[in-house]
Amino acid sequence: MTTIDTNTEAAEMPERDPNAVSITINGRTVEAQKGDLIIAAADAADEFIPRFCYHPRMSPVGMCRQCLVEVEGPRGPMMVVSCMTPVAEGQIVRTDTPQVKRAQEGMIELLLANHPLDCPVCDKGGECPLQDQAFSHGAGESRFVEEKRHYEKPIAISELVFLDRERCILCDRCTRFADEVAGDPLISFTQRGNNTQVMTFPDEPFASYFSGNVVQICPVGALTAQPYRFKARPWDLEQRESTCTTCSVGCRTVVQSSRDELLRYQGVDSDPVNWGWLCDRGRFNFQSVNSEDRLESPQVKSGDSFETTSWSAALDTISRTIRHATPGSVAILGGARGTNEDAFMWAQLADAMGVTMRDAQLDDGLPASIFNYSQATIDAACKAATVILLAPDLKEELPVLHIRLRDAAEKKKIRIIEISACETGLTKHAWRSVRAESGTSVTAVQQLMADPVVAAQIASGSVVVVAGRANLAEGAEHTMAAVDAVIAAVPTASVLPALRRGNVRGALTLGLAPQNGNDAVSILEASANGHVECLILLGADPMNDVADADLARRGIAGARFVVAIDTFLTQSAAHADIVLPASAYGEKDGTTMNLEGRVTNVVQKITPRGTSRADWMIAAELGFLLGHDTDVTTLADVQKLMAKKVAGFGTTTTAVAVKRDGVVVSIPTPTRTAFAAPTIAARNSYEFRVDVSRKLYDRAVGTITSPALVNLAPGASVTIHPLDLERVGAAEGANVRVSNNHSSIVLPVRSNEKVPRGTAVVPFNQPGADIRELVRHGDSVVDVRIESM
Amino acid sequence: MTSNPGGTWPHAPGFIEGDRPRIVTSRFEYEDSYTLQRYLATDGYSGLRAALGRPATEVHDEVKNATVLGRGGAGFPAGNKWGLTPQGVWPRYLVVNGDESEPGTYKDRLLMERDPHQLIEGCLIACYAAGLSQCFLYVRGEMALAQERIATALNEAYAAGYVGKNILGSKFSVDIVLHWGAGAYVVGEETALIESLEGNRGMPRLKPPYFPAAIGLYGQPTIVNNVETLANLPWLLRNGAEAYTAIGTATSPGTRMVAVSGHVKRPGVYEIINGITTFRDLLYGEEFCQGIRNGNELKAFVPGGGSAPWFTPDQLDLPFEASQVGPAGSMLGSGAIMVMDSTTDIPRAALTLTRFYAHESCGKCTPCREGGTWLERILSRVVDGKGTDADLDQMFEVGESICPGAFPHASNEKLGITAVPFPYRMNTICFVGPSAYAPVHSALTLFREEFEARVTKRTLIPVTAVAQ
Amino acid sequence: MARLTEENVRLAREIIGRYPKPRSATIPLLHLAQEQDGHITNDAMAHIGELVGATSAEVYGTASFYEMFKFEPVGKYLINICGTMSCALMGGEELMHHAESRLGIHMGGTTSDGLFTLEKAECQAACTEAPCLQVNYRYRYRVTSENFDTLIDQLQAGELNSEIPAHGTVASVRQHIPADRGVGAVAPEDVTEGPAWLDGKAAL
Ligand SMILES: Cc1cc2nc3c(=O)[nH]c(=O)nc-3n(C[C@H](O)[C@H](O)[C@H](O)COP(=O)(O)O)c2cc1C
Ligand code: SF4
Ligand code: FES
Repeated sequence: MTTIDTNTEAAEMPERDPNAVSITINGRTVEAQKGDLIIAAADAADEFIPRFCYHPRMSPVGMCRQCLVEVEGPRGPMMVVSCMTPVAEGQIVRTDTPQVKRAQEGMIELLLANHPLDCPVCDKGGECPLQDQAFSHGAGESRFVEEKRHYEKPIAISELVFLDRERCILCDRCTRFADEVAGDPLISFTQRGNNTQVMTFPDEPFASYFSGNVVQICPVGALTAQPYRFKARPWDLEQRESTCTTCSVGCRTVVQSSRDELLRYQGVDSDPVNWGWLCDRGRFNFQSVNSEDRLESPQVKSGDSFETTSWSAALDTISRTIRHATPGSVAILGGARGTNEDAFMWAQLADAMGVTMRDAQLDDGLPASIFNYSQATIDAACKAATVILLAPDLKEELPVLHIRLRDAAEKKKIRIIEISACETGLTKHAWRSVRAESGTSVTAVQQLMADPVVAAQIASGSVVVVAGRANLAEGAEHTMAAVDAVIAAVPTASVLPALRRGNVRGALTLGLAPQNGNDAVSILEASANGHVECLILLGADPMNDVADADLARRGIAGARFVVAIDTFLTQSAAHADIVLPASAYGEKDGTTMNLEGRVTNVVQKITPRGTSRADWMIAAELGFLLGHDTDVTTLADVQKLMAKKVAGFGTTTTAVAVKRDGVVVSIPTPTRTAFAAPTIAARNSYEFRVDVSRKLYDRAVGTITSPALVNLAPGASVTIHPLDLERVGAAEGANVRVSNNHSSIVLPVRSNEKVPRGTAVVPFNQPGADIRELVRHGDSVVDVRIESM
Repeated sequence: MTSNPGGTWPHAPGFIEGDRPRIVTSRFEYEDSYTLQRYLATDGYSGLRAALGRPATEVHDEVKNATVLGRGGAGFPAGNKWGLTPQGVWPRYLVVNGDESEPGTYKDRLLMERDPHQLIEGCLIACYAAGLSQCFLYVRGEMALAQERIATALNEAYAAGYVGKNILGSKFSVDIVLHWGAGAYVVGEETALIESLEGNRGMPRLKPPYFPAAIGLYGQPTIVNNVETLANLPWLLRNGAEAYTAIGTATSPGTRMVAVSGHVKRPGVYEIINGITTFRDLLYGEEFCQGIRNGNELKAFVPGGGSAPWFTPDQLDLPFEASQVGPAGSMLGSGAIMVMDSTTDIPRAALTLTRFYAHESCGKCTPCREGGTWLERILSRVVDGKGTDADLDQMFEVGESICPGAFPHASNEKLGITAVPFPYRMNTICFVGPSAYAPVHSALTLFREEFEARVTKRTLIPVTAVAQ
Repeated sequence: MARLTEENVRLAREIIGRYPKPRSATIPLLHLAQEQDGHITNDAMAHIGELVGATSAEVYGTASFYEMFKFEPVGKYLINICGTMSCALMGGEELMHHAESRLGIHMGGTTSDGLFTLEKAECQAACTEAPCLQVNYRYRYRVTSENFDTLIDQLQAGELNSEIPAHGTVASVRQHIPADRGVGAVAPEDVTEGPAWLDGKAAL
């Protein structure tokens, strides 16, 4: 090398990333980042190092020893585990020497020593890293003639997951996941040495909302999922990448099917969103799509029952009804469970018909003006100095967002300030967690902001507010006013809206947000008062979802004509005059928008059930019949129109264009109306204030039609503080009367010292007596009396 | 039967006969050596007093200058280890390794049972010098008496103001917490010890990237020292580094305790001079073991705890000096010598050790968990006369998956083999995996004919003890 | 099937208080539970989990790693005979055979009167005194068959009751840190400064 003047060289060179490290792998020089592990750097450089225990989203343990490589050291080449060794400048790594090959063969031989050779009957056979590596990196023949380890064959460690300890290679992935990622260390290694085995505590199942992930990351067939066991061989499966629309986190998945039947969802690693994880509800509710009870053809009400009819007859009846309706008397509820294209076409139709009564939410979220604050992404929240939670228990409602925030808090990247009526899944990871009973969150925020320690924390960096509807028995205006109070104190704070339904943000953004304050409540009120002549339920089930049960009933009953477009005959659809079968998730292509405003694609994997159609097609046809032809026949047509009409929806947001991580659209922000916290009346003789909050498993249609999930709902109950229980004078588990001036119901009572005194927690939409009978939308908070019986 | 727990002995381990320097066993001759009263009457806590009169850095330097080698197995100088803690990171902890479980090793228990105050004083000096704000004394679970003696000593020392707040009226404040295990050999490995102390399964953590001195207990800088290492400090602070280094050699100063067990006339625990005393002195010397029992021939001996590759009479003249024992193919380890005379059934002897390590594997690393058990299975088949020739080679194959490349062994004139120096390369996190292989490898290399006799004859050997 | 008694909960809290993090007390508390019940019950593990802030599965994972914890009842006297190298070289196996025939049980078994459980133990750090054994972790050295028989006779006759407590109690002396003398444990995240005596000057 010739001598060069380093000064001029430095001046000419583009500035080098100070964290960049260059290493040599098998003779090839590659760039890596300081702190990267060799195995990750090799992955990035497409040099595959075999491994079992390493998982890029969990801390390395160096357990299986399969990833040994040679690194040049001062005393010659050294064997190191590449999953634990960080890269260093100038490091020379070899993954292909005879020594490395010998070690890999040795490890495979040892792992197979006690592994049953039951590949032909194993769910994992065909997609098993152990099987694959035994072929590619094994010696081929076992010299282990000893008796293998024997354990009782698969045991159910939860309702969803089976464990076969004979197949386990003790990679610590499931146990690490349970502890590190899910925060539910309910499985652990037990015993020692050659007897080490993964187990639960006796009679304490692995009841984690995230248990399905351990099945996915198990490198052998030791963990299997009850809904998929023996259903298919991997080589029979076809798959496409999609987005889960169970909730608005929008986790990336692959949808797998065989012979036109959905068989499995698996998480896909999207860096800004789900990191490969899924919650069990999202993972296993594919069963719902396959359900026997799906609607297959249009139905028309005849007397007390339904008769099958044709699409043309059904659409004809609907269009005639609409044409004859008084202008302004048509209402559309719902749209948050479909695709962007579905919502957009319905909004177009509504515009054309002059429908002002529309709302994609059912008084169970927050006003759409929550999008008018400066918006944050999940990543932004996970990197903020402070995250303020004015939201429901994320573990119950947006489980993978919970995982992401929990991870950021555990790794001390963020500090969480939580304001909630009760403890949540994130309470133990919060820097500050304050209990504010229903109706007092604004005061709680103001008090917090006045605390100098909190003020210093907030001033230390960016602030993200996660805002959602924590309590369905508390008006949304409380949350909105609390968010306002934060913004008043920290004008630079941004908001991550924690609205729940799969595509609620897409539907609200694309035109199904209420107009002139005509939200679901006022639409149902109008309907109850006889002002709605045609009520279109777009995948909406008010009788199940609106917190004020009485209003929902009256609203549905008061509508002159009800059209339900749905996948199942829901409680509300049962009251419809015409029911149209809609295509479900996995049966149609399109795009969806998650809570951050990220647009990703959803895909069709199987043929739509019966004659069901995508919602957007129904809108297009109905529009045609009503003389509002949009000239749209394909999804691409819809997307072209959408790109033209909706600001922010360019061509990058079509189903073809959006890739794994999607595109975050930013819609110009309209001005925002400020919310004032309503003053709350004194409690009088109703000594308990009710907190109605959701559990992951409830009577949601996708859950009750999935056999694996239907029994997981905890059931209706009321939980109060143990001292309150003593005062009420009821025994744990006994029935109590819960009443206020609206109604009275009977619920089993439980106690929990984590529930503050004077608060009564009742889960929403559970099998059993319905708390919604005591909720009236005009009441800003709901107070009740609890009496032993 | 000698039932007395720590009282009169047939002979007192840590022999008080002979005119050798005694740094750590000087009080063993007293019946009441473990009491505070005796301790104070024999210069007790004067090392601490001396230390407190000097700045901490000076005390640290004194220990560095004395080159106090770690007595837990690795022989790393204590003063240097303390210096590895990262600057300005607080708190830092001291964890005392009293888990003594290495086969053949017997010294820390004596130090804990018979002179607990000396250990406590050593802990205090270490905490003072290295700025360690809490000390955990991890005693092996099965050592009831050691736990009782330490608990009593700590209770006395707290009451007398030697431990706790403002020790001896100074600014120096430190708690010593007695912690005890529950039976798992691998917990003696320092990172497993920390895991165990955190309430977890005692599975070693991987190094690199982190050594406990940088990231240890609760992720904080942590010094892990062996009991004997710390027991040296009171004497050192009383007499100074110069006096300490005047004993032994430059690279191995001071004394060390060794336990000689097995087929010698007078097995026992001896405090010997580091770097100078040879294995021959120890095994045959009048003031030590006085030769092999019944006048038998020496067949082999394990020089440094069950994990160490074996030596034969060829290596008798090596001194207790790591820089000589390593190149000769083994290690000094924990100062445990197990002696086998000519009557020993070598394959059976190897089996007891391999079985030990297979049984004690924590289960983390594939080669140790699966390989250790596999070795044990093959070996026991061979011992039972059911093995084949292929089995003997298979053991080397399994060993190769645990420790790739040449495994250390001693030279042997008769066999015409030259030594492969210590250490070995390993595919495991800690030394338990390789330790399961070490006895198999040594026995097969040095005494292959005994194994061949088993497999070729194909006769069932009647079950007898190792010694015939 | 017991949770910890009130007195033991008090002791447990004292022990937990000595550690910067409660989880560190897991093993000492398991010993306490075994001292109470003779073996470790599921209820005790669940209770310990509550006390140290771990799930029952985690406590069980830890407990089952260690040899000394028994999940089924064992005899009042647990006799551990060492079977590792030095003892094996000096007749440990014969001692085991003798023990088996004297007590009429196999290694791992318990006598029908519930008095004795025999176990093969690993190296007990008494190698120079081989062969050796422990009765509830109290040593007996250079044990011959006759010694063994005498020992059993003495245990049966209750002559060693003062020296050897029933299985479960290891040390019969506990550490106690007087409130006015102890420094107290501090969670590591609450420590921001180096210790007071490290100011470079003499501490006295
Ligand atoms: C498997 C294994 C077991 C060990 N057992 C012990 C032990 O019982 N006692 C001990 O002091 N050191 C033991 N060590 C060594 C410790 O890891 C550590 O090096 C030592 O306690 C450090 O103390 P020192 O520097 O004072 O020697 C063991 C190491 C290994 C790998
Ligand atoms: S070598 Fe054995 S004992 Fe050591 S960490 Fe690995 S499995 Fe555990
Ligand atoms: S992948 Fe590195 S040790 Fe398992």
